Amino acid sequence: MSWTELYNHHLLSIIIFLPLLGAVALLFMKNERLIRWWTLAFMVADFMLTTCLVFKFDSTTHRMQFVERYGWIERFNIDYYLGVDGISVLFVFLTGLVGWICVLASWTAIEKRVKEFMIALLVMQTAMIGVFCALDFFLFYVFWEIMLIPMYLIIGVWGGANRIYSAVKFFLYTLAGSILMLVGMIVLYFKAGGSFDIPYLMEQKYEFTLQAFLFILFFVAFAIKVPMFPFHTWLPDAHVEAPTAGSIILAGVLLKMGTYGFLRFSFPMLPDASLFFAKPVIVLSIIAIIYGGFLALAQEDMKKLIAYSSVSHMGFVTLGLFLFNKNGIEGGILQMFNHGITTSALFLCVGLIYERTRTRLLGHYGWAAKLVPWYAVFLFIFSLASLGFPGTNGFIGEFLILLGAYEEYKLYLVFLIIGIIVGAAYMLWMYQRVAFGKHHAEGGHEIKDVNLREVVAMVAFLVFVLWVGFHPVDFLNIVDDSVAHLISQVKGGELLTEAAVEAAH
Amino acid sequence: MMPGIKDILMILPEIVVAVAACVLLMVEFLCRKGERTIIGVFAILTASVAAAISLYLMTTDYMGGVAFSGMFILDGYSTMFKLIFYLATILSIVISFYYTREEGIKGGEYYTLMLFSLCGMMVMASGRDLLTIYIGLELMSLPVYVLTGFLDRDKRSVEGAMKYVILGGFSSGILLYGISIIYGVTGSTELTAIARAFGEAGGLTPVVGLAIVGLICGFGFKVAAVPFHAWTPDVYEGAPTPVTAFMSVGPKAAAFAIFLRVFTEGLLPVYEHWQVLVAVVAVATMFYGNIVAIVQTNIKRMLAYSSIGHAGYALLGLLPATNDGVASVIYYMFVYLFMNMGAFAVVVFMRRASQSGELIEDYRGLAKNHRALSLAMLVFMFSLAGIPPTAGFVGKFYIFMALVDKGMVELALIAVVASAVAAYFYIRVVLLMYMKEPVRTHLTAESFGVGLVIAVGIIGAIVLGVYPGYLIDLIQRVSALV
Repeated sequence: MSWTELYNHHLLSIIIFLPLLGAVALLFMKNERLIRWWTLAFMVADFMLTTCLVFKFDSTTHRMQFVERYGWIERFNIDYYLGVDGISVLFVFLTGLVGWICVLASWTAIEKRVKEFMIALLVMQTAMIGVFCALDFFLFYVFWEIMLIPMYLIIGVWGGANRIYSAVKFFLYTLAGSILMLVGMIVLYFKAGGSFDIPYLMEQKYEFTLQAFLFILFFVAFAIKVPMFPFHTWLPDAHVEAPTAGSIILAGVLLKMGTYGFLRFSFPMLPDASLFFAKPVIVLSIIAIIYGGFLALAQEDMKKLIAYSSVSHMGFVTLGLFLFNKNGIEGGILQMFNHGITTSALFLCVGLIYERTRTRLLGHYGWAAKLVPWYAVFLFIFSLASLGFPGTNGFIGEFLILLGAYEEYKLYLVFLIIGIIVGAAYMLWMYQRVAFGKHHAEGGHEIKDVNLREVVAMVAFLVFVLWVGFHPVDFLNIVDDSVAHLISQVKGGELLTEAAVEAAH
Repeated sequence: MMPGIKDILMILPEIVVAVAACVLLMVEFLCRKGERTIIGVFAILTASVAAAISLYLMTTDYMGGVAFSGMFILDGYSTMFKLIFYLATILSIVISFYYTREEGIKGGEYYTLMLFSLCGMMVMASGRDLLTIYIGLELMSLPVYVLTGFLDRDKRSVEGAMKYVILGGFSSGILLYGISIIYGVTGSTELTAIARAFGEAGGLTPVVGLAIVGLICGFGFKVAAVPFHAWTPDVYEGAPTPVTAFMSVGPKAAAFAIFLRVFTEGLLPVYEHWQVLVAVVAVATMFYGNIVAIVQTNIKRMLAYSSIGHAGYALLGLLPATNDGVASVIYYMFVYLFMNMGAFAVVVFMRRASQSGELIEDYRGLAKNHRALSLAMLVFMFSLAGIPPTAGFVGKFYIFMALVDKGMVELALIAVVASAVAAYFYIRVVLLMYMKEPVRTHLTAESFGVGLVIAVGIIGAIVLGVYPGYLIDLIQRVSALV
């Protein structure tokens, strides 16, 4: 098999397993410097491949692309079946981007057991990309669960003071949700006549009671991952204790998997139940938006503040998705991507300042604008993006969700606006306390401004903050057809046939 | 009827093992004291030869035939189980070389007893008559009783053996009682005849109920199902670690072999009557084992409770009484063989000089200086917890598939909840190894054999998890019972 053939027909497999290959090779390395560069090289290579993937992606169809399919466990009709559509390709790309930035963020922050850490990162990368590419439910589940192991170690070994409690909580919480999904998945398998093929499962019709039962099983798994109120309690612990790279992965990619699960499984497979449960889910989302916002407002710990802001932001996403109109879902998906960018960037900022001062308490800062001006600039932009300032990515996402909500039920806007105002309040207040407080660096020692490595990482995020902010069409185009198809799957597949969708474009 | 040459050929593996065990018992006197490793080597050789014969027999026409007037059957089902037994025996003996040296166990009969037990297990797997099965069961158990008490300096070992003998004898009595009632009701001890008689009679009489309870007690004791589990923790803790490994895999699988065969072949017509009972036992077993394991401080005890929990899952595979159910249990036993043997091999590896390696605390900070060993233990723990991509996950998955296929969704839900509980104590070991600082330097074995068994365990636990297709197909193809 030649290289070009490999590239043309097995691109997804390469993207998935390249990091794993790097991890295996790491087992035999000793030099820490080499280990860091090696990991970075693999992550960057993987990112470049995901970029190629996006460029090769044909955004004029909702069909699965780059499909690879081989028999795996024939007894159960399980295939090694990969493919991406407009929704998943975006997150494959996001994962690729976050991957190498995580390595940069851990460059000096991780001092002990570097090798194990980098192996965990690489294995994590494989599992995360696998989740977004899998088109076989069993394969999806395997990748989904594999993520638990490296993440458990990342939090538990390299985390903060209370890391062990958080790691165990994270592990058990997520496991409890996902094994319920396992049962739902097996039930679905038999109801659909013995298949784990996701596109096939989407085409089947299931009776309503079954849909409702499965929806609840899946919902618990996905809602824990998102996390939605009231399943969010693991998140602040895990986020706060995880090392910077761990927080970035959690915020950047892991949380998206819950909402991705809704998009990939709950909506197309269980449309009636999804519509039926939409209202309660929206109520939960609204609670998450406002409650999460107020919790963030009350935090003294910068990392915790951002963690709670995640709860609030993901509330916007779930609300948008469960509106089941084009603006809502596209806004939700875009906001997933945005949240992955901005929150990761904010966690990176926290990590940088923590590395320098060994404290995360907002009360200990207040000198950033004076002592580390460049850092303050970056933090400012990311804060604005997070609160949805026009010109940044956050604005576009929230605006689309607002439009969607307006179409659906105007009263939602009241709550959303409250959420946005609270969001602005905690972000700006946080920035003020970091940058413009009276406090000065304790002991008067020099605090270095960002170095080149850190600038590179932050600029990478910055590019997408502005790109989405000023020209969101590039990103919306990718998801457009897939979203249209998804809506047709949910809202009466009979009325809006595939032909009608094609005609609409 | 005189046994013909065909009968002899069909039980050739059993004959080889039994004769070799007797011969080795005599040869042992010729060896110098303390030079008994050679006996172990021969025991491994014997098991390998028997395995080769079993595999060869699979390709012959004798497959699926019965011998000795239907007392004995050579089918794919029994062969699959025998493969588990051979592997369990060989791997246990390999880790025994180091362990017996370290503990100063001298007797060469240690290895011959394992062979006798192996022979018993093989007879159990192939028994198609309640009497054959009973004889196999006793032949398997008696050597294990002795092996449990082999650490005669350790009170726990003697106590465990004592408990095991008494309770074991008691449970055998109840089992025999059940068998005698079945004979009284159906007029036969042969499984197909029993099935026929039950099929004709139909309906549940109190006497049949009593017989079923008797059988569940007897078999339940051997698989360590709640409420017949009480011996397990003490025996597992007291026995020499390789013996614990051996009995948690071999005899347990053998007990499942007869459990499945008797209930899905002989008692299938009264399926509705035993199903609820077994379901209750299985659920109780899963939860009791997994919950009590959480508070253990001794790793052998923890693995004992974990083994109770796993017996619960495997019992679930009995409930559908379908070929998939049977195959899922066999697959689970294969998986369990590798992951549990591996975990115990790690425990043996940690046994060195003053370090017992039995306390969970001994594993604190192990990852700091013993990366490979910790990684191995991590794989085994995640596999026992059932996290992909390890084999433990596929084992559970297969059982759940068999359950849901028969509409037993509730049981599958209960089982996954139990496995979430179980995850806690498995990841706690990982937590101690990776997330705590060591309080003292760890001693580890310098033994190639033990390392080899750990490697085999890892390969098994990963390969059966990533590429389970081949073994599942094989089991599915050859081991239809229903």
